[in-house]
Amino acid sequence: MPLRERRRVTGIESVGPYTLVRVDRGNLDAGVPGQFFMVEAPGRVLPRPFSLCLAEAGELAFLIDAIGPGTTAIAEVSVGDSLHVFGPLGNGFRLDVERPVLVGGGIGIAPFPFTRSVLGAGTPVVLGFRNSHFAEAAALLPGAEVVIDPVLVTEALPAGRDILACGPEPMLEAIRRIDPAAQLAWEAPMACGYGACFGCVVEIDGTLKRLCLEGPVIGGAPAVFPAVPA
Amino acid sequence: MNILNASGCLDALAAPGVVAALDGFVTKTVTPDARVGNQPARIAETSHGMLNAIGLANPGRDAFLRDYLPELRSFGKPLWVSVGGFSASEYAETCALLTDVTIEINLSCPNVDEAPESAAEIVAACRAATTLPLYAKLSPAAWDIAEVARAVEAAGADGLTLVNTLRGMALDRRLRPVLNRGTGGYSGPSLRPVALAAVYACRRATALPIVGMGGITTGREALEMIACGATAIALGTVLFADPDAPARVRHELDEALAEAGFGNADDAVGAAHETVAM
Repeated sequence: MPLRERRRVTGIESVGPYTLVRVDRGNLDAGVPGQFFMVEAPGRVLPRPFSLCLAEAGELAFLIDAIGPGTTAIAEVSVGDSLHVFGPLGNGFRLDVERPVLVGGGIGIAPFPFTRSVLGAGTPVVLGFRNSHFAEAAALLPGAEVVIDPVLVTEALPAGRDILACGPEPMLEAIRRIDPAAQLAWEAPMACGYGACFGCVVEIDGTLKRLCLEGPVIGGAPAVFPAVPA
Repeated sequence: MNILNASGCLDALAAPGVVAALDGFVTKTVTPDARVGNQPARIAETSHGMLNAIGLANPGRDAFLRDYLPELRSFGKPLWVSVGGFSASEYAETCALLTDVTIEINLSCPNVDEAPESAAEIVAACRAATTLPLYAKLSPAAWDIAEVARAVEAAGADGLTLVNTLRGMALDRRLRPVLNRGTGGYSGPSLRPVALAAVYACRRATALPIVGMGGITTGREALEMIACGATAIALGTVLFADPDAPARVRHELDEALAEAGFGNADDAVGAAHETVAM
C-alpha cells in the first residue's frame, strides 16, 4: 500500500560515482523489488522516481545518479534533513522464477541489492559499467561478475537463466532480442508516479501506456520505447 | 469552499483515494474521437514550474460515456466533465449527450490545434445544446481576459474556470526542445501571479462564479485566489508532487482564514478588491 511520509535522512554514502541516500522507513512498506518511490527533490517542483536499492531493517535506501537539478538536490541532502517519500509504486519483478540472474547496467544496478536480498545471496549477478570508476558501484553487489565497456553484459550472460534486468535502453533492447521473456525494468520521465500526469507514457502493445502503472518492470511484452531525454 | 482537481491532473480510477479528499472531480478533457495524445517526451520540469504536452489523450466521447462515466459516478462526488473539440459543433454535440454533470468547456488547451470559432461562439453553441451548468475554461494568454469573460457570460456561460496553462518551452543541454511537440502548457508556482491577475480581472468584469487555479500549493495561496474573486479553487501541478494536497490545503486554508480574520471562506471572496479603488 503506497503511503507518502516525511522521512529523516539517516545516511549518505558515495558509491563510485553515485550517492546512496538512506532514510528511516517509518510506516512505508518496502514493496517488491523493482517497484519505485517518488522522492522529494528539495527546492524543485516535482519529486523524482527511484527504485528501492536497499531495504535493511527500519530503513529505505535509494541510489542517486546526480545528473540534473533534481537528482543533484537529492544527492546533496545531509543526515538529519527530511524528505517526502511516496511509495511503493508500480509493478516490480516477478520473483517466482526458477533460475534468476540479475543484470544491471550503470545506475540500473539500483534495484538489485534489494532484489538479491529477497532472492538469496547466491543469486548470480552480471553488471556492466562504462569505466572502472563507475564499476566501483559494484561494491553494492559483492561477488557480481563485472564487465566494463567495450565488453557488454550480453557477452557475459549465463545460459538457461531467467533474466531480471535494469539499465540503459540499448542494453534492455539487446537483452530482449536474446530473451523475449526477460523481465526488464524501464524508466521514463515522471511527474507523479501514480497515474495522474500521463507524462510517462511508453508504447506497449502498439499503444501509449503509463509506465508508472503498467511498469516499470515489463516482462516479455513487445514494446517500443522512446528515448529518455538527457 | 469547494476544492476540485484541475482537469488533466488526476485519474480518478487510478487514484480513488485522492478523489475522496476533493469536493468534486473534473475529468480529463473528452473529445469526440479517441486521442492517443502526443508522443513522449510529454513533460519537463523547469526551475519553478513544469511543462506538459499530453495532447488531450482520452478514449473519445462514446467510450467515455459507456466505459468511464458510470464508474466515475460511483464515487458519489459532484462530477465535472471537461469537454474539448476542434469546432463549435463538436463541443456542442458532446454537451448534448451529457446529463447530471457540470460541464467545463476547455477553450484553451495550448497543446492542440484550436477550433476556428471564438470562445463566445463555442459557448453559445454549447448553451444551445444543454441546460447543464456550463463553465468556460479560459486561457491566461488573452491580453484582456476580462473582455473574453464578458463575452462568454453574454453567450450563456454559468461560470468561469481560470486559468489554463500558458504555452512555454524548455531546452535540453543540446539546445533542443525537451518536449517532443516543442512547446507545452506551463503550470506550477510561477503561473500563480498570472492566475491571480486573471481571477481579479474577471471578478471585476462579470458576476459569474469562478473556479480559481494556477500554481496553488498551500492554504495561504488558496486564500489569495479566493481574495481575488475565486468562489472555488482547483489544484493541478501540486497533485503530482503531493497526492495528499487536497486535505492539506483545506486544513491550511482554515488556518489562513482564521489568521486573516475571516469566519469562513465565503467571507473572503473578493476581499482583495476592497482595498483597491474601482
